[in-house]
Amino acid sequence: MIAPDEPHAHPHEHGQAAHPPARPDTDDTLTYYKAMEVAVRELLIEKGVISAEDVRRAIEAMDARSPAQGARIVARAWTDPAYKTRLLADPNAAIHELGIEPGAYKLVVLENTPRVHNLVVCTLCSCYPRGVLGLPPDWYKSRTYRSRAVHEPRAVLREFGTEIPDHVEVRVHDSTADMRYLVLPERPGASGTLSESELAELVTRDSMIGVARARAPS
Amino acid sequence: MSATEATAPRFRPGDPVRVRFADPPGHIRTPWYIRGQAGVVERLCGSFGNPEELAYNRPGTPRQPLYRVRFRQNQIWPDYRGPASDTVDLEIYQHWLEPGDAR
Repeated sequence: MIAPDEPHAHPHEHGQAAHPPARPDTDDTLTYYKAMEVAVRELLIEKGVISAEDVRRAIEAMDARSPAQGARIVARAWTDPAYKTRLLADPNAAIHELGIEPGAYKLVVLENTPRVHNLVVCTLCSCYPRGVLGLPPDWYKSRTYRSRAVHEPRAVLREFGTEIPDHVEVRVHDSTADMRYLVLPERPGASGTLSESELAELVTRDSMIGVARARAPS
Repeated sequence: MSATEATAPRFRPGDPVRVRFADPPGHIRTPWYIRGQAGVVERLCGSFGNPEELAYNRPGTPRQPLYRVRFRQNQIWPDYRGPASDTVDLEIYQHWLEPGDAR
């Protein structure tokens, strides 16, 4: 059972000199909500509603999702105009076509163009298209990003190395409710000869959140 | 009340709307910074259980139409630094929207 930090009590006699001070055995803080999570999880398991194996499997399935899935979707849209049309019209169905399960939420695909640059944030919490991108980066969940992305998006973009000229509209999407957002970045120049899987390599997680452009081919 | 019951949509894409300025207690998914602001309906997203009810284990029916509404950044933030064409889109439930002034 997890307990708050306490110095461990057993005497240090391992038949040799005492080891130098190590990190405490419990190196995490048991906050109110963590304690609540542990308590509810243990109760559900004790009462047979779910098993520890169910919890482990759900975590494994979540961790198996990665931005590589989103990159495949983008690369297909870059190479197949009919697919792109379907992707913009009905994202969940188009993603399912590629054998990717988009998850319970309705996805909206936001196309970057020479006139519009899209940027995604969730000011209320940390809603993120986990079904196609996996877990969000820590900065996406930070209060700094969440508050600044709506108020000074161009300054935030600049800090990510993304300079958007004034004639391009910056369109922020605050993911406040039941939609999840995936940015379809612009296809980089000089990428005409690349295969679909080579193109997918250029599609970074950040380019699908909108804080960066897709990578240029090397 | 049936779980499929939904309130009829009141707005269409292109309609000017204003977000109600209200401060009810509870779980609200309308960010503070957008309350009272005027925007234009971008699209109807469908109908969804009302999160203000769902958060308290109530059925959330009738389902509420959910819209994406587009706002001009320089109207929301008096100190906005960027071109007048910059925008922000938010998802807002119908019960938070009132008809806006035609612009």
